Formats: sequence, structure tokens, C-alpha cells
Amino acid sequence: MLDNKFVFQKLHQKFGEAIIGYEENYDLMAVYADKNENLKILQYLYDDEELGFKFMTDLTAIHYPNNIGEELIVTYLLYNMPKNFHVRLKFALDIRKPDIFTASQIHPTANWQERECYDFFGVNFVGHPNLIRIMNVEEMDYFPLRKEFPLEDQTRRDKDDDMFGRDSERFNMGNLNI
Amino acid sequence: MIYNKRPVTHNTNIKLVESPGGFEGEGFGAMQLSKIVGLARKNSIWPLPFATSCCGIEFMATMGAHYDLARFGSERLAFTPRQCDVLMVMGTIAKKMAPIVKQVYIQMAEPRWVIAVGACASSGGIFDSYSVLQGIDQIIPVDVYVPGCAPRPEAILDGILRVQELVESESIRRRSSPEYQELLKSYGIQ
Repeated sequence: MLDNKFVFQKLHQKFGEAIIGYEENYDLMAVYADKNENLKILQYLYDDEELGFKFMTDLTAIHYPNNIGEELIVTYLLYNMPKNFHVRLKFALDIRKPDIFTASQIHPTANWQERECYDFFGVNFVGHPNLIRIMNVEEMDYFPLRKEFPLEDQTRRDKDDDMFGRDSERFNMGNLNI
Repeated sequence: MIYNKRPVTHNTNIKLVESPGGFEGEGFGAMQLSKIVGLARKNSIWPLPFATSCCGIEFMATMGAHYDLARFGSERLAFTPRQCDVLMVMGTIAKKMAPIVKQVYIQMAEPRWVIAVGACASSGGIFDSYSVLQGIDQIIPVDVYVPGCAPRPEAILDGILRVQELVESESIRRRSSPEYQELLKSYGIQ
């Protein structure tokens, strides 16, 4: 059977410096790694006979506006179905140049997941066959889940800001200027 | 005989619409054409349900035997816009859905009416969000708003009755009036 320690040690042996960090939440492991190595790590997790992470459960991103230089974290959730074991991979990107290699050649399911990730966070998946918006209207000219963009529709004039918690003073973004 | 034991009971409690009034005599009647047209239109409205979420479920109850929208002459739902009189938009309309709602409205033949059922169709409701249209009146003209989240079937019936009032009293020249053309133009329709 797999366990967190074993998987991490295998990754660390193979990739050494490229593995940056490790964390565990509710027994679910997460490995921080260098974004340039993402395809090699995914391929290794896929091909290795003991690991065998052949199913991509999810791929998404998170925006941390205060982590200067590492604002966007792209997260892969991989699954070994026969052994019922999950592993998370996290790759930090600079929001000024949010490039990462596409995983759609290894896991075909990543194709749409990456389009969604691009749609909402503007992550540029290098080598993706069709990187266009998937959920939002095509005319949209921003990435709505980045924190600098307000969640609310900006065309409304009939809502009193005080009544709807739209006080921009109270919502602190940190010293964010992009 | 056995089959006579349960006699068939016929429903005699049937209400017919009243004559709009006019000058009537033996074998003839004279009345305003617009009133006749209004009467006919009012009592045979064909709804086009455009149901995207939970308000659509309430509408299904409205069409069911218990609330029975058919009592008011709206027996037949049609899922083609070309045959329908009333577009009933029920549920959240995302911005990506907006052009489709508008296309459906454009495909309807005049005269046409629109009911916005529920908070989302009327104003965006709780979804004050970048992806949701903040009320369908941003893209098409709306005649009746039904408030509620979701409105009960009685409220939807009331909305239909309000549309009936509009239909009955509408001038037969309204659709070719410059005001109406101006209204459509302000929505970018024709």
C-alpha cells in the first residue's frame, strides 16, 4: 500500500531540488514543486509501477495576492484508483508571467480543466491545443476569480453599497497593485 | 345492470367568459372589434416556458392538476417560439444564456408578452455576480414581474392573470405604434 511518506520519498529521490515543500492536511499530502518540472513529475507519477497515479481528479488554481512573485498556485489532484490513494501537487506561478506546461498530453481530462483554469485565473498553459474560455462569455476581458476583480456585477446601480457589504475600505487586498 | 351502479357525473360548474357588450339583437350583434380580439387573445394565451432553475419546478406544479393553469386558457405549452404568445422566463439567466433568451424572444411573432418569474429573472436575485444577468429586462422588454424566490404557483397564476389583463385591454394598434417601435429599438431589436 502507498502512504504519504513513501510517495514523498520517491519523488524526492527522483527530483531532488525540484521538490520544494511538503504539507499534510487531514492525512492528504501535498507536494510543492518547481513549475518547470511539472510534466516530468506527472509522467513519473503516471509511469512508475509502485506509484501509478493514472487518474487526474481535479486541476485548479488559487490566487494568493499577498504572495508576491508566487501569486498563482496551480493544483493537481491525482488519484491511484486501484490503491485508493490521493496526492496533491502544487506549482507556484508569478502572476506577471503565469506560464506552465500543459498536462493534457498525459491526462486528456486536463484539457477542459486547463481551459477552465485559464478562464477564471488566466493561467497560460503552454502547449495546450485549444486554450480558450470554456465557462464565461467569450467577450469577457478579465479573469474573474483573481482577487483584484470584484465578484459583484458592476452594471447595477440600484443596490446600496452599505446594505450589501460592498465597502471597498473594509476589504483589504494587501498592498496589491497589478 | 352492473355498469349502471356508478353513474357518470358531469361537471356542470363551468364558467364561460361574458360577452364584451355592445348592441345585440335577434340574429346579430355589433361590438368593438378590438374587444372581441382582446377577449379571444386573453383566453387562449400559449405560454413558452423558458425554465432554467427552481422557478421552473414551481411552474411545473402550476401546470399540474392541482393548480391547473389550463383553467385560464393556457392549456397548451409550446416549445417553439413561433407559436407562442407569452414568454415565461423562470430562473437565473447567466450572461452566456442572455443571447439565447433574446433570440427566442425575437423568434416569437407579434403580439408577444413576457413574464419574468422569480427574483433571478426579475433582477438577478441573490446572484449579484459577474456571470449572471441582472434581470432579463436588460435584454428584452418585460410586461409582468412575479416576485418570490421561488414564487408559489398561486403567484405564477396571478402573473398570468395580470398578463391577461394587459392582453385584454391592449389596443390592436399598439404593436405598430412609434412608441413600441422605439421600445424595441432601445433593446436593439429590429
